[in-house]
Amino acid sequence: MDWSFVLTQTLTQAIGIQAIIYCLAAIGLNVQFGYTGLLNFGQVAFVAAGSYAVGVIVLTFDLSLWLAIVVGVVVALVIALILGIPTLRLRADYLAIVTIAFSELVRLTVRSIAFKDVLGGAQGLNGKLGQDFHDTNPLPADFQSLPVLSWTRQDLWVVIVGWILVALFTLLVWLLVRSPWGRIVRGIREDEAAVVSLGKNVFAYKLQALMLGGVIGAFGGIVWAVAKQSVQPDTFRPEFTFFAYTILLLGGAARVFGPIVGAILFWIILAGTGEFLGQAIQAGWIDFLQPTDVGNIRFVLMGSGLIALMVFRPQGIFGDRRELALDAK
Amino acid sequence: MPNDQAVSDSIAASARAALSAVEPRPGVPKPDPIMVADHVRRSFGGLTAVNVEHVEIQRGAITALIGPNGAGKTTFFNLITGFDDANEGTWTFNDRQVAGTAPYKLARIGMVRTFQLTKALSRMTVIDNMRLGAKHQTGERFFAAILPFLWNSQEKSVGQKAMGLLERFNLHEKVGDFAGSLSGGQRKLLEMARALMADPELIMLDEPMAGVNPALKQSLLGHIKTMREEGTTVLFVEHDMDMVHDISDWVIVMAQGEVIAEGPPDTVMKDQAVIDAYLGAHHEAQLTETGESLTESSDGDSA
Ligand SMILES: Nc1ncnc2c1ncn2[C@@H]1O[C@H](COP(=O)(O)OP(=O)(O)OP(=O)(O)O)[C@@H](O)[C@H]1O
Ligand SMILES: [Mg+2]
Repeated sequence: MDWSFVLTQTLTQAIGIQAIIYCLAAIGLNVQFGYTGLLNFGQVAFVAAGSYAVGVIVLTFDLSLWLAIVVGVVVALVIALILGIPTLRLRADYLAIVTIAFSELVRLTVRSIAFKDVLGGAQGLNGKLGQDFHDTNPLPADFQSLPVLSWTRQDLWVVIVGWILVALFTLLVWLLVRSPWGRIVRGIREDEAAVVSLGKNVFAYKLQALMLGGVIGAFGGIVWAVAKQSVQPDTFRPEFTFFAYTILLLGGAARVFGPIVGAILFWIILAGTGEFLGQAIQAGWIDFLQPTDVGNIRFVLMGSGLIALMVFRPQGIFGDRRELALDAK
Repeated sequence: MPNDQAVSDSIAASARAALSAVEPRPGVPKPDPIMVADHVRRSFGGLTAVNVEHVEIQRGAITALIGPNGAGKTTFFNLITGFDDANEGTWTFNDRQVAGTAPYKLARIGMVRTFQLTKALSRMTVIDNMRLGAKHQTGERFFAAILPFLWNSQEKSVGQKAMGLLERFNLHEKVGDFAGSLSGGQRKLLEMARALMADPELIMLDEPMAGVNPALKQSLLGHIKTMREEGTTVLFVEHDMDMVHDISDWVIVMAQGEVIAEGPPDTVMKDQAVIDAYLGAHHEAQLTETGESLTESSDGDSA
């Protein structure tokens, strides 16, 4: 059994590209759900918007990646308006229903044969999507690999910029939630009517939160497309959104660092158990599992862990228990 | 202090004087109304909860809205403040048509209400609850919010104003506590203080005394009188007849959705229609006389 392999693989994934993508999606959810109380179950649609903006602008239209990023942001804003305007005046559950339906609608539309020329159909868009970005890579051309973390030169550059993005958005969220703006959205999360009665345009604030969270999610999608140089419609399934929620709850909703801690933990658990079980089966320690079962077992363990967390520490790792206990109306 | 008392008395006297010439009948016009409502109707299925033909609220006065449970007082509040939609009707605030206006806009132009079921934001600190009430905050705008130097000084002055009000309402020791840790009565106080942060022209209080202990009641009465002194018009719903009697300049009585009587407190409480509405027809008891409350007198009868 190769323990060092298990450890390095786990660590590489814990702070790797997937962790960054999910972290960005979860930061967006933190703004929407954590602070404002909006149940957006379609965060993956915003991520897909970011990815597809890169795919379509760079590959289909052969334009620059930087333009694609702008388009991704604009599309995310438009989606937030489309989802928000009809639902945010209604009870909270309407947004939940509409967003989850919309995210599936997006996936089925982008993979449909009708738009194959532009969106690539079920095969998605594959090519030099992130070339403009990778051309900026300042790492030495003969770069081999970091001591423990096994990223390629290209991946390492994505990881560096990805974490910078995470830091910037975390800073933005931190600035916002400690401002009077943040006070209003936290008020909305608890009791809209009270906030309305004090003369605040609650609808506008909910829309702003949905838009901001959506744009941050779209950046997750942009990172994804740039890193993988490929956009696959079937990666944008509803599970993505639920994993992002898991991350948010692991780290603690309405905590500025919740999504970062959550994303790292999520990938430690997922990658760690995966690598460990894989090695253990190879070494013959476990004989009742096949290597092909590992992928699923990881999620069983993750689910059990989440249940245990909700029972024993419902506020998440960082959450403030007092805040949760004060539910009395 | 005696001087303050004199000022307070004279303001009360002038508020009452302005209404003294007004005839005590339902829907009577007032000399200087801040709000005028016409044909306001709201039904829930077959039940007509509110059906107010005409009512005016005098500016600068304390007006009580009373009536038995289910009379439609809260529903009327909800309609007027835009929290519920009327089936028909129009109403003006400061001579401006405001029927159908979004509730947050009504609050902004000076019509601020509290709720019968208190809406203190329990997961926020007391001071944050208060700050939320202040109007025109630069830091509430998205892009300004991320630049603290734009709103730091305003935040400070809002905080000072909040501290002043908290002191007045005896909540200054709770500043940093979560509002959820306050008692029911303290939450009522907080909600009222928070409403005052918005500098209302008309403050509408839905049962401000419910669940507040007698000693505190006295100081609450004082706070409400202070609001009047500062030029705020007060409209409040209340079941405590002694309190209504004590502080209101004018009383409006609702029953089964309609305004059935209006007048100065003394006149209204002797009105047979009002006594009937509260206690059922052919009842001998009076609503207040020797200070005993309504429940006590009806208990006495059933015994
Ligand atoms: N949302 C609603 N749906 C159905 N009926 C309602 C609704 N709100 C109020 N009602 C009905 O309208 C009537 C008036 O209710 P309202 O709450 O206005 O009374 P109220 O005068 O405030 O009474 P209380 O003194 O008990 O607070 C009641 O008969 C009530 O059952
Ligand atoms: Mg009521």
